Amino acid sequence: MAKASIEARGDLRLTRLTKTYGDFTAVDDLTLTIPKGSFFALLGPSGCGKTTTLRMIAGLEEPTAGSIHLGETDITTTKPYQRPINTVFQNYALFPHLTIFENIAFGLRRRGQKDVKEAVDKVLNLVELPHLAERKPTQLSGGQQQRIALARAIVNRPALLLLDEPLGALDLKLRRQMQIELKWIQKEVGLTFVHVTHDQEEAMTMADTIAVMNEGQIEQMGSPAELYDNPETAYVANFLGQSNLIKGIISGNDGDSLIVDLYGQKIALPKNRSHAIDNSTYAGIRPEKFRISLLETPVHGNVLTGGRIEDVSYIGVSTQYQVEMPWGQELMVFEQNDDGVAPFNKGDAVNISWAPTFTFALRGDEDVTAGSEVQPQDIDEE
Amino acid sequence: MSQKIKDATIPTIPLGARIQRWIGRNLIRIYAIFAFTYLFIPVAYTFAFSFNDSGKSNLIWKGFTFGNWQNPCGAPEVCSALGNSIKIGFLATFFSTILGTMIAFAIGRHKFKGRSTSNLLIFLPMATPEIVMGASLLSLFLVFKINPGFWPTVIAHIVFCISFVVVTVKARIASLDPRLEQAAMDLYANEFETFRRVTLPLVAPGIAGAALLAFSLSFDDFIITNFNSGTLTTFPKFIYVSAARGIPAQANVIGSAMFFLALTIVIVGQLVNRRKVR
Amino acid sequence: MGKIRTPYLLLLPGFGFLFTFFILPIINLAQTSTQTRVAGGDTGEYEQTLRFANYLDAFVENKEQFGRSFLFATIATVLALAIAYPLAYAIAFKAGKYKNLLLVLVVAPFFTSFLLRTIAWKQILGEEGFVVPTLRSLGIISESTTLTSTSFAVVMGMTYNFLPFMTLPLYASIDRIDPRTLEASGDLYANGLTTFRRVTLPLSMPGVVAGTLLTFIPAAGDYVNAAILGNPNTKMLGNVIESRYFKIVDYPTAAALSFTLMAAILILVTLYIRKAGTEELV
Repeated sequence: MAKASIEARGDLRLTRLTKTYGDFTAVDDLTLTIPKGSFFALLGPSGCGKTTTLRMIAGLEEPTAGSIHLGETDITTTKPYQRPINTVFQNYALFPHLTIFENIAFGLRRRGQKDVKEAVDKVLNLVELPHLAERKPTQLSGGQQQRIALARAIVNRPALLLLDEPLGALDLKLRRQMQIELKWIQKEVGLTFVHVTHDQEEAMTMADTIAVMNEGQIEQMGSPAELYDNPETAYVANFLGQSNLIKGIISGNDGDSLIVDLYGQKIALPKNRSHAIDNSTYAGIRPEKFRISLLETPVHGNVLTGGRIEDVSYIGVSTQYQVEMPWGQELMVFEQNDDGVAPFNKGDAVNISWAPTFTFALRGDEDVTAGSEVQPQDIDEE
Repeated sequence: MSQKIKDATIPTIPLGARIQRWIGRNLIRIYAIFAFTYLFIPVAYTFAFSFNDSGKSNLIWKGFTFGNWQNPCGAPEVCSALGNSIKIGFLATFFSTILGTMIAFAIGRHKFKGRSTSNLLIFLPMATPEIVMGASLLSLFLVFKINPGFWPTVIAHIVFCISFVVVTVKARIASLDPRLEQAAMDLYANEFETFRRVTLPLVAPGIAGAALLAFSLSFDDFIITNFNSGTLTTFPKFIYVSAARGIPAQANVIGSAMFFLALTIVIVGQLVNRRKVR
Repeated sequence: MGKIRTPYLLLLPGFGFLFTFFILPIINLAQTSTQTRVAGGDTGEYEQTLRFANYLDAFVENKEQFGRSFLFATIATVLALAIAYPLAYAIAFKAGKYKNLLLVLVVAPFFTSFLLRTIAWKQILGEEGFVVPTLRSLGIISESTTLTSTSFAVVMGMTYNFLPFMTLPLYASIDRIDPRTLEASGDLYANGLTTFRRVTLPLSMPGVVAGTLLTFIPAAGDYVNAAILGNPNTKMLGNVIESRYFKIVDYPTAAALSFTLMAAILILVTLYIRKAGTEELV
């Protein structure tokens, strides 16, 4: 089995995967298929079970129940060193006593490859650090260490590459740059990448498919655009970007649309964007989908009247407004500064409008704060 | 939710493989238990035989008694030897802690010419076999016609304790964030106040640890003491000398009592420390 | 001005003390080692004749004890390393919240006088103890085999007494290893043994060096274990030095032996540190 498992290739399938620590369930009955060649992101706040999932795939934790298959091979209980899976660790875990060259050659040598020079040089070129081969890890900057950790993993041509918050230790600018490079490298080498992160922007930039995790389960899975445009739960709506969620009652049907009553004002939304199970619902609209207009300006689509501008923040590309509605809720509105029109002022009485297709509807029994009070900043996992 | 877990837990890993894995995972723990057993066998033996109703020589188990614990000074010389060891221990600890802490601050907090030589001078006594240190000191005392005894023993103990104090306190100083002292100075504390209000309190646990170490080294020392104490009997020397004709059970009582006393001090110290950190 | 002087003022009392009672005695010992007996003088009366042949005489006369000291110390060090390494590893990586407690337990036996513990071993391994009869009834040792007063007992006692000296520095350096580097090694196709050889051991080398030195040095100069647990044929150099001092009152030979012991240890230690490739000593 050991010989076979290291040659395994194909889709990664997690079946009813569960991991408990005493009373605490870190991963709860998770079933998931990650297609070969994809860039897959597990996204969620600390403690959501994403790192535990990753560690079970790597073989660093043993599942309490369930199975992990790579292609047709069951790798649930194989040792980490018998899996064709490599990891880019959170703080890189470079071997401090070995040179960069030997760090990268480590996996090749363990697999009995005699002539490693060519492969190591090639991957050092790929990460654009060939001049650092003889340095020790402590002599490298964070960004350089990150690339070496990546090189050390991909030089082995694994079936699957796991990235555990790989950019968490880098500053913002470097992180953006590495996001683009990682995506490019993934295309270049054609490996399956599984990326664990708490940073929604990082996941959206890089991944083909994102699975949003919450309390050990997958809340929603899909392409970045699907998740952003049509979140199924308040948790996803709040964790991925920001959302305005307004309480309402589904009051009728109009062909492909539902009519929703929001505190006495009627709006429409496409039926296929509703996830409500009964009449009660929360209508959700992303802040940048709103348009603000003064009372006398005619508008199309859905309109909410009676707003009053409470706060204006000018931030260059856009202006952010807080608009207080007659029922007391403050809505968030982002307006692009691309039309040369002077911004609205605090105290202006305004209407808010948007296209019905941008609306989504959540279940009425949801906790509207779910996913919003978690601070994406704290990286400490489990 | 619990129902779901129960369902999912059932098959997957066969029992035989599980047992094998358990042993594989716990092998090192099992090994550690054996190592601790090895460490504690003689301690347990000493403790057990402190209850032996043995009479003079405490070689064979003759029956259980609290008598030795009720009368720990019952055997001749035991308590005077213990008294000497404690006196020597306190004096050696006091002086070596002061001298060693000063050296540790000099080396750990200042850059100066001769720092590496200083480090070497601290390392040398630790690299010198006790017997060489003991013998050389005795030779010196003999040259100056100083008779071995109480004070020569104290001096000898200070010599070998200093290095250990320096190393312990230096480690504590090295672990201090230098920004704390900078912050104190930024907040209008002068050098002396900074030292008294910030540095010293933070290094204090290290100094306390060093003092404890010095005392236990001094209290337990035999080789160097044997060379420099002349006719004075310390507790280890008492044991060594009486080993030939059998050690009274009272020695076991004192050894065991010291063990529990020291263990209590260390554990209480750790608890206090932890509470402070929290 | 005052700042430059501060470190020297701090060093002065301690180093003055160490100079007087550590360096001077060693110099004096060197002097003693080349003295010879005053013709017709009393016992213990010696004069300086710069007789370096004392060293040769002392060595030739005691080369057996010399060899034994280094052999026993080496075996005891290797055994202590073999016992302490997994122990230190277990405390560093497997003990969880009991880490501090276990560390205390490693040092705890120190709190009972080491002589008491050594004598306890003598009695445990002795004819009246429980070990020998058990092993005999199991047929592991023959009826005539004894455990006390043997080389085995001496080495075992030394291993035992210096075990904490080995464990603590090992623990300190193993504890500093980032467990993720070990995971990374497994992730990169190294099995348990290879991970140990290629990652854990090299990273814990400073601890191995420090522990070995802290065990070997006192073990090489030890004579208490040999005196209590050994027999006249297991005498070590320490026993000879002691008896030269106290029984025969032959100071020059004792001094020469002490010096040779120290020199031999220093040479071995230097070679060893070179080989182990680390300068971190204290």
